[in-house]
Amino acid sequence: MDNWVIALIKVVFIWTWTLLIATLMTWVERRGSAMMQDRLGPNRAGPFGLFQPLADGIKLFTKEDIIPEKAHKILFSLGPILFALPAFSAYAVIPFGDKLVVNGKEIILQVADVNVGFLYVVALGAMAVYGIVLGGWGSNNKYSILGGLRSTAQLISYEVPFGLSLLAVVLVYGTFSLREISLAQQGTFLGFLPNWGIFKQPLGFILFIVTAYAEANRVPFDLPEAESEIVAGYHTEYGSMRLGLYLFGEYVNMYTLAALMVTLYFGAWHLPYIDMSKFLGPVSYGIASFLVFFLKTAFFLWLFVWVRWTVPRFRYDQVMGLGWKALIPLALVNLFITALCIQLTV
Amino acid sequence: MAKNNNAPITGDYVTINIGPSHPAMHGTLRVVCKTDGETIVEAIPEIGYLHRGVEKLGENLTYHQFIPITDRLNYCSAIANNVAYEKAVEKLLGIEIPEKAKLIRVIMKELARIADHQVCVGILGVDLGAFTPFFYLIIQREEIYDIFEWYNGARLTNTFGRIGGVNADLPEIFHTKWPKLKDTIRKANDETDKLLTHNRIWMDRTIGVNPFSPEDALEYGFTGPCLRATGVKRDLRKDEPYYFYNQFDFEVPVGKHGDVFDRYYVRLIEMEESIKIIDQAYTMYKELPPDAPLMAKVPKIIKPPEGEIYSAIESPNGELGFFIKSDGTDKPYRIKIRPPCYMVYQAFPELVKGEMIADTIACLSSLNIIAGELDR
Repeated sequence: MDNWVIALIKVVFIWTWTLLIATLMTWVERRGSAMMQDRLGPNRAGPFGLFQPLADGIKLFTKEDIIPEKAHKILFSLGPILFALPAFSAYAVIPFGDKLVVNGKEIILQVADVNVGFLYVVALGAMAVYGIVLGGWGSNNKYSILGGLRSTAQLISYEVPFGLSLLAVVLVYGTFSLREISLAQQGTFLGFLPNWGIFKQPLGFILFIVTAYAEANRVPFDLPEAESEIVAGYHTEYGSMRLGLYLFGEYVNMYTLAALMVTLYFGAWHLPYIDMSKFLGPVSYGIASFLVFFLKTAFFLWLFVWVRWTVPRFRYDQVMGLGWKALIPLALVNLFITALCIQLTV
Repeated sequence: MAKNNNAPITGDYVTINIGPSHPAMHGTLRVVCKTDGETIVEAIPEIGYLHRGVEKLGENLTYHQFIPITDRLNYCSAIANNVAYEKAVEKLLGIEIPEKAKLIRVIMKELARIADHQVCVGILGVDLGAFTPFFYLIIQREEIYDIFEWYNGARLTNTFGRIGGVNADLPEIFHTKWPKLKDTIRKANDETDKLLTHNRIWMDRTIGVNPFSPEDALEYGFTGPCLRATGVKRDLRKDEPYYFYNQFDFEVPVGKHGDVFDRYYVRLIEMEESIKIIDQAYTMYKELPPDAPLMAKVPKIIKPPEGEIYSAIESPNGELGFFIKSDGTDKPYRIKIRPPCYMVYQAFPELVKGEMIADTIACLSSLNIIAGELDR
């Protein structure tokens, strides 16, 4: 097989897989919240209501596509695309397993092992905000504009600690490539701790997870859409699949962020203390590494849902306060301590 | 956010219209806000979207026919409205209702208070983004509504009681359900307490948000939990006891700052106090013989003597008063209702001035403005 065929298969696979997970997540969210709230949730379409996302998708596709008369037509159409596209593309540089050896050919389970994979993810994450702001602005609706404004305010407060907490990881592993970071997390250090990012960057992880929730626009940072305050925020005027793209993009974003958490802080496909590659065949090892990676990601996806239905929402000046007064100083301290430790040990 | 109430209202402001159809508006309320960014410079509430001419209807209906109309005032606790109205007419007639009727009224009214507070606290959570406590509370409210339904068939608009007493004894289901129900209500309140009260985000969102001084609150005519949240210990059940309230042992919780948190917490504690009251009333009820009368002697057609009275009870939202003027016919000459919401809502523009849009919504839900009661 040619390399490009393999690359194409990987692209198609990860694309479908991401779509599938995002679709399933809408179901998990609704059933999960129902479980927490003593309700049943959607349980009619298919077994356990599993086809509910499908029904929702069909509904969204067949709805009338309305562009408000006073809206800026181009920006209005551009908004959802700008939001969903980076979300779909961001997964390209994140690994989804170690490697698969077929017919003596080694296939790395990652679409592209870019040496600046890190920056790529951060850049695309920041791009999504354009989708929200332009969609909000283009809608020509006051609530939408407020949603867009909140989104920018939120961006400038969480993007800096987000980057700084990632920078500390880069310092620890000395590389921007996500695959190399994953590989470096094998084995143990200090004799007993798994060689995972969380143990080397505990504070960094907390900062990262908080900012990741802000990046994903999830409760407690869902101010841009805050349904009880500004109706639906930036997507108030959207309907049909344009709305679908926004809603869907959010879940894809969540998946990317959860995968990033696993890659950076939870040892990617490595199990603690066990080296799977030693006693598994080349193909089964590839599949096992994929499954381990996915199960870890699934936990963080569930955490997103869990938090969403537990805590209230911040006010937007409080988000900025949290970002500038707490997260950025902490991230800087974390970066400083990390640098100091590396300087002293190396 | 520091409040600056003296800033002149000039310059370029965005006018945002919240309501009457808005996901955060409780009923058909409308607030026109002038905003600077997200800060409210001026909020102008517009009322009357649910005006149904309740008071005028009263002039064309007989005294008994008006009872179902009162259901539609504060529809979260219809029973409290019924009791308030019936008590006013009884005062006008100068009749004393039997003990058993009084106790049934107390029990049902306190159940209605719990239901009302559950809705208010739950919705406040929803408005601040915490969805889950709402369901815990609403499930318990449904249980309370089951008791109401067994009483006379209606869950929401109960049309409870008659002038001169009550039409039926406590339903069978109450005796079996109450001992368990009070525990589940407590558990739901406990869970809400755990999820919200000491949650850092919740505290940030509610403590110190639109505080109100007791002087201002009294000036505006605040009553009920909103007044008690400012620290004024005013509760008609204690201050002007009616029925057996002076014999019950219960506390009147008060807050300190009159902010959203205090209003929320006062309501949460009041539910517990209501449970205590129901328990005591139920004990007294059980001591009465089972065939004790439920109705006082009332003529078939009620024609009160000429005169006018004002009578108020402590409804879940505060002092709910009925002024009735009779001209000696079978229909009242004038009925004037004093709803607690109306007075509280007057202060709304002052409360939210200088706050942010998100706080406006929190303020509105913590004041528990019910459009049906406000507009009548």
